[in-house]
Amino acid sequence: MRLILHVWRQAGPDASGRFVKYETDGVSPDMSFLELLDVLNERLIAIKEEPIAFDHDCREGICGSCGVVINGRPHGPQRATTACQLHLRHFRDGDALWIEPWRARAFPVVKDLVVDRSAFDRIVQAGGFITARTGSAPEANAMLVPKRDADRAMDAAACIGCGACVAACPNASATLFVAAKVSHLGALPQGQPERYERVVRMVDAMDEAGFGACTNHGECMAACPKEISVDFIAQLNRDVLKATLVPPREGKAWTGAA
Amino acid sequence: MIGEMRPRVPEGPIQDKWERHRFEMKLVNPANKRRFEVIVVGSGLAGASAAASLAELGYHVSCFCFQDSPRRAHSIAAQGGINAAKNYQNDGDSVWRLFYDTVKGGDFRSREANVYRLAEISVQIIDQCVAQGVPFAREYGGLLANRSFGGAQVSRTFYARGQTGQQLLLGAYQALARQIGLGQVQMYPRTEMLDLVVIDGRARGIVVRDLVTGAITAHAAHAVVLATGGYSNVFFLSTNAKGCNVTATWRAAKRGALFANPCFTQIHPTCIPAHGAHQSKLTLMSESLRNDGRIWVPKKQGDSRRPGDIPVGERDYYLERLYPSFGNLVPRDVASRRAKDMCDDGYSVVPGGHGVYLDFSDAIARLGTSGIAERYGNLFEMYERITGENPYDVPMRIYPAPHYTMGGLWVDYNLMSNLPGLHVIGEANFSDHGANRLGASALMQGLADGYFILPYTIGDYLAQGKLEPVDVSHTAFRQVEAEVRERTSRLLAVNGSQSVDAFHRELGHLMWEQCGMSRTKQGLENGLQQVRRLRERFWKEVFVGGKGEDLNQSLERAGRVADFMEFAELMCLDALQREESCGAHFREEYQTPDGEAKRDDARFSYVAAWEWSGADSAPVAHHEPLGFEYVHLAQRSYK
Repeated sequence: MRLILHVWRQAGPDASGRFVKYETDGVSPDMSFLELLDVLNERLIAIKEEPIAFDHDCREGICGSCGVVINGRPHGPQRATTACQLHLRHFRDGDALWIEPWRARAFPVVKDLVVDRSAFDRIVQAGGFITARTGSAPEANAMLVPKRDADRAMDAAACIGCGACVAACPNASATLFVAAKVSHLGALPQGQPERYERVVRMVDAMDEAGFGACTNHGECMAACPKEISVDFIAQLNRDVLKATLVPPREGKAWTGAA
Repeated sequence: MIGEMRPRVPEGPIQDKWERHRFEMKLVNPANKRRFEVIVVGSGLAGASAAASLAELGYHVSCFCFQDSPRRAHSIAAQGGINAAKNYQNDGDSVWRLFYDTVKGGDFRSREANVYRLAEISVQIIDQCVAQGVPFAREYGGLLANRSFGGAQVSRTFYARGQTGQQLLLGAYQALARQIGLGQVQMYPRTEMLDLVVIDGRARGIVVRDLVTGAITAHAAHAVVLATGGYSNVFFLSTNAKGCNVTATWRAAKRGALFANPCFTQIHPTCIPAHGAHQSKLTLMSESLRNDGRIWVPKKQGDSRRPGDIPVGERDYYLERLYPSFGNLVPRDVASRRAKDMCDDGYSVVPGGHGVYLDFSDAIARLGTSGIAERYGNLFEMYERITGENPYDVPMRIYPAPHYTMGGLWVDYNLMSNLPGLHVIGEANFSDHGANRLGASALMQGLADGYFILPYTIGDYLAQGKLEPVDVSHTAFRQVEAEVRERTSRLLAVNGSQSVDAFHRELGHLMWEQCGMSRTKQGLENGLQQVRRLRERFWKEVFVGGKGEDLNQSLERAGRVADFMEFAELMCLDALQREESCGAHFREEYQTPDGEAKRDDARFSYVAAWEWSGADSAPVAHHEPLGFEYVHLAQRSYK
């Protein structure tokens, strides 16, 4: 099949970018979207042009490395599918594909389709964990966890940290990402001691990183390749509210606006 | 040889060795820990758990990964589960049984004492992960659930849906993130180790390239830990992530660390077959599918009927036929080899390619579509996404693919290589899986090494003192840095006409043909010649493009492929000298009359550890003899 690609090319963070048109012919519908970019890059290399930079690694939809906006939709048109698992059979012969990086103030473009998502790491460093020193754990079955709580925790923990939620959000908010981690750890008994401090620290870190606020559009859930539910945002908001009622530790209490 | 190749296995009965060793090892005074710098390369299960645990102890840690975040290391893709000898199911499991199964499954080519310790520590890992909030599957009563996995006769596998590796890695990543936040770990994402620095016979640092700016810098430390995973991507097509590579361990080998058993590579039986010339990687379907799926091919060669039109009597359920007691649940190496045999004999169900059926129709009749969906729903969806076929209606088609490498840098009982100060953990070392790894054991080993072994043993090394203070102004650092720069410029300067990927594909194809699932003397000798010729061509004809001082993914790959080209030769050599079949290493000349692997314990009950001796001379093999005091040598039988 034949596809017309308009790919965002940008030499560096401070350079200005633009769409460049490439035509690809004779591609197989069984190829994955990233294999299409591979083929295009091979062609560019053959004529000694610089290949398109894009992040990718596992190509199984779990590492969260890949992610581009295809025709306005993060990870492209298929429901619950990362760009690496998207296959060309979902496009029609002759289709035009507009391919661009995640666009958000907190995710600056590094080069071409590659963005800097280290803001997500900083949010987790601020509190997205349970403090459990190696060696200090009690016997695993000493603590019972109701199956529904474990399942709910797992639903939230499925997040792959790709950033599609931010790219989809009109406010470039990271609320779904934060909500997923807060809900995962908050659903489990092990996560209770730090629950309210965690939510305050993570929400503060999200604000500091320059992400926007949540105004309940729900675009994040629609774009999420793991179908993380916006119900977790409701959970986050409840936890933030409760955090204002618990006594602050070390003078740290939530004061911002979620 | 730099250093010495002494296994340093403690004396005493096997069940007391680790306990006793922990007591005998020297401790670092708590006030002194903060004076020690440790470098950890890699942030998968082994690297992240080690970096977090060392930082908790008070060491200063620098951690490096080539991905944009430590959370993306390839451990994240492990699906099935993690073994532990908890015996929660009361089905007769024990530390001894897990130990026995692992030694036997590895076809008696691993070090007994290490394997026993792994089984012993397995129970602590589950405790640790639960405390971190890993959402393992639960029973309705709130207790942890288990399943049987990879042919084990007990249910000892803990799992988090089909995403166990992801959840365990996120647990370790979060522990690491906490230490980064506290300033105990300096994290260097998008940074690739390109060489090791050895001073006075000790590993004292590394040279890295910042993958965004291209800056090449040196980092000094008191000890270096490599947790850089395996080398399945030598085959180009594998289930590994695209970035997985041999560079860190190979560079260390070229600086004097011994590389052990490089020919022990595992081929996973249940992967989605390759579909065409542009295939960039292979996708694994969890081994758990073999619990309910039945593997078959038509009895007639080249049968072009649709699978549903082939009557049961005209199907060959060959695993059930050949192995009546284990059937579809035989170990990975056996299942893979049999699939290859059937396809080589003309029974492939992928036109012009390689594949066999994995059929769920009987299981669907027994459990209903919803029962199957509950167990394997996410896997079935993934299969359909990739192939466009619905496995509820038609059988899956599968074929083996390179998946895991048991070989790696040689380490002693303390997980230290022969090069003092260089520790190697996780898939990057050779130690625990012998010639074949059992399902759900890789996650166990990575976390055992990182959480519970290395943090003790590295202290023993550091407490012995004798480490001169060095920093990156030392001439050794300057020199290695210059060598790395020179190599990068040389890659860019070739300016030929063929892409890096084209060379990688060619290397992978030849390794798969000559040093893949089944090997012969002739093939390996040809392989050696072909690898050498390909390497020469690479350095004359490759085109990298772009600049060194920029984000340049073609340059990143070029360096990795150049190292694979050197390493591939060692793999062939190792496979050639091992004139026996064991586990995943199958030499066609050495098989029983019914086609099973035939070990030669009298000649080959050893670890082959290779010493690099320069580009112009052959590497030297050193042997660590393996003794089996507790698990008696026996022919594996799954009939």
